[in-house]
Amino acid sequence: MTRSARRTRRTLQVAGAGAAALLALSACSSSGSDSGSADSGSSASSASSSPELSGTVTVFAAASLKESFTTLGKEFEKDHPGTEVTFNFGGSDTLAASITSGAPADVFAAASAKTMKIVTDAGDASGTPATFVRNQLEIATLPGNPDKIASLKDLTKSGLKVVLCDKTVPCGAAAQTALEASGLKLTPVSYEQDVKSALTKVELKEADAAVVYRTDVQAAGDKVEGVDFPESAEAVNDYPIALLKDAPNADAAQAFITLVKSAEGQKVLAEAGFMKP
Amino acid sequence: MTTPGRTTAEHTAADTLEGGPRRGRVRPGGRRGVPLPLLVPALAGLAFLLLPLIALLVRAPWRDLPEQLTGGEVWQALRLSLLCATAATALSLVVGVPLAWLLARTEFPGRGLVRALVTLPLVLPPVVGGVALLLALGRNGVVGQWLDSWFGITLPFTTAGVVLAETFVAMPFLVISVEGTLRAADPRYEEAAQTLGASRFTAFRRVTLPLIAPGVAAGSVLAWARALGEFGATITFAGNFPGRTQTMPLAVYLALQNDPAAAIALSLVLLAVSIAVLAGLRDRWMTAS
Repeated sequence: MTRSARRTRRTLQVAGAGAAALLALSACSSSGSDSGSADSGSSASSASSSPELSGTVTVFAAASLKESFTTLGKEFEKDHPGTEVTFNFGGSDTLAASITSGAPADVFAAASAKTMKIVTDAGDASGTPATFVRNQLEIATLPGNPDKIASLKDLTKSGLKVVLCDKTVPCGAAAQTALEASGLKLTPVSYEQDVKSALTKVELKEADAAVVYRTDVQAAGDKVEGVDFPESAEAVNDYPIALLKDAPNADAAQAFITLVKSAEGQKVLAEAGFMKP
Repeated sequence: MTTPGRTTAEHTAADTLEGGPRRGRVRPGGRRGVPLPLLVPALAGLAFLLLPLIALLVRAPWRDLPEQLTGGEVWQALRLSLLCATAATALSLVVGVPLAWLLARTEFPGRGLVRALVTLPLVLPPVVGGVALLLALGRNGVVGQWLDSWFGITLPFTTAGVVLAETFVAMPFLVISVEGTLRAADPRYEEAAQTLGASRFTAFRRVTLPLIAPGVAAGSVLAWARALGEFGATITFAGNFPGRTQTMPLAVYLALQNDPAAAIALSLVLLAVSIAVLAGLRDRWMTAS
C-alpha cells in the first residue's frame, strides 16, 4: 500500500516535470509565433494607415546575387527607415527546397527559371515571377592568364586543371549547354557543388580555370582573370524574382522587388556584371 | 516458486525483493526496475535519434527504388566511400594510437594544449577543415607546393585527397577514445613488464596494446563511421568527380539538388551498409572483451 502510494507520487512528480518541460517548450514556440504575428500585424496596420513600411523583409536569393543585393538591401533600409532586409544567400535549388518546405521568406530571387518553377509549381509564389537580370558564363583563369586560355576549346588542353559546376546546379547546366553547343568534350578535375566553390578553387590556384558566371569573375576582383567566350550566348541564365504567397511582410517585400527592377536597382546589378533582361 | 496460498500481490512483492523472474514488463518505481526519471528521458532521446531515420524510411520512394539504384554511379560512389573510409581509419590507427599513447603516458610541457589542438577538427566546421587542408597541402599550399615541385605530387582532386580529408576529420575520434582507454588502463602492468626486462616499446606492443584493444576497436569504429559520412572537408579539398572523389555523401548532396527521391534512395543505401558493418563489428569485436 505504501509502496503503491509512493509509486503514484513519483509518477505524478515525473508527469509534472514532463508537463513543465512541455509548457516551457510550447511557451517558447508560441512566443516566437506571437512576435512574428505582432510584426506582421503592425506592418499591416501601418501600411493601411500610411504608406510607411516597417518590419523585416526576408529575401532568399541565389548566391551570385550576394554583392549586388547586399548593396540594394542597404539602399532599401536607407529609403525606408524602420525596415530591415535580411538575406539568405545560397544555391537556388536549396533555397527553393526550403521555401517549398515552409521556410518563412518574403522574396525569392533564383538563378534559373527551372529553380523558380519548383516554387511556382508548389503554389508558393504570389503572381508570376519576373525576369530581372540575365547572367552569362565566363572562363575564370589565374591572374595574368598564364595558360593563355582564349576560348572554350583551350580548356580541353591536356594537363590543364579545370573545374566545372555540377550538372545539378544552374551554372553547371549552363556550362553543359555551352559545351554541347560547341561540340566540345571537357573532362574537369571536379564538378563543384556551387559556383562560388568552383571559383574558390581558381582563387586558391588549385585549379587553372573554371567556368563560372561573369558576375563571379567581377566579384573576385584581381584574384582571377575573366575570359569571354562566344558559346556563352547559348547558355544565358534568366534570373526570376517573385513575391512569396505566405510572405510575412508582403508590402515591404513588394517595395524591395520594385527597387530591384527600378533603374537604380538595375544600375547596381549592371555594375556587378549582370545584363539587362 | 509458486506457493499455494500466497496472494498475487505477495507473489509479485516476493519476486521483486528476490530479483525473481521478470515478465518482460518495466516496473516503474520498483526497487530493481528502471526509475521513471531515467526511463522517460532515455526513451525521448531514443525517439529523437530514430525519428529522422524512420521518416527517411516512410518517405522513401520504395516503388522506384530498384530503378534509382541500378545506375553505375551509385555503386561506384559506395565502393569509393567504403574504400576511403577504411583507408582513413587505417591511417588514423597508424598515427593516432601512438599519438594517444604519447598524450596519455608521457609528460611534456604544453601537453594540455596539444590535447586541445588534437580535438580541434571536432569543433572546426568540416568545410573550414577542407580549406585549411587546401592551404596546407594544395598545389599552392604551405607544404603542398614543395610536394608538387619536388615529387610531382598534387593531392587535391585525387582519391588520396579524399582519404586525407576524411582522416583529418575522423582521427580525433580515435585519439580521444584510445587516450581515454589508456588512462583507465592500469600502468602497473607495463611497469611490471619493464622491470622484467621488456623495452618500453615491447611493453607497449605486448602488454598495453592487447589491454586497450577494445578501446582501439571502439575508436576505429567511431572514426570509420565519421569518415564514411564525411562531406564538407572532402568536397572542399578533393572536389567531386564520379569514380575518383565522389563519395556517397557527395552523391547524396548533389542528387538532393534536383532529385530528392534519388537522394533518399542513396541515403538508404549508405544507411543500410553502415548499419550492417557497424552491427557486424560490434558483435565480433566490441562484445568479445
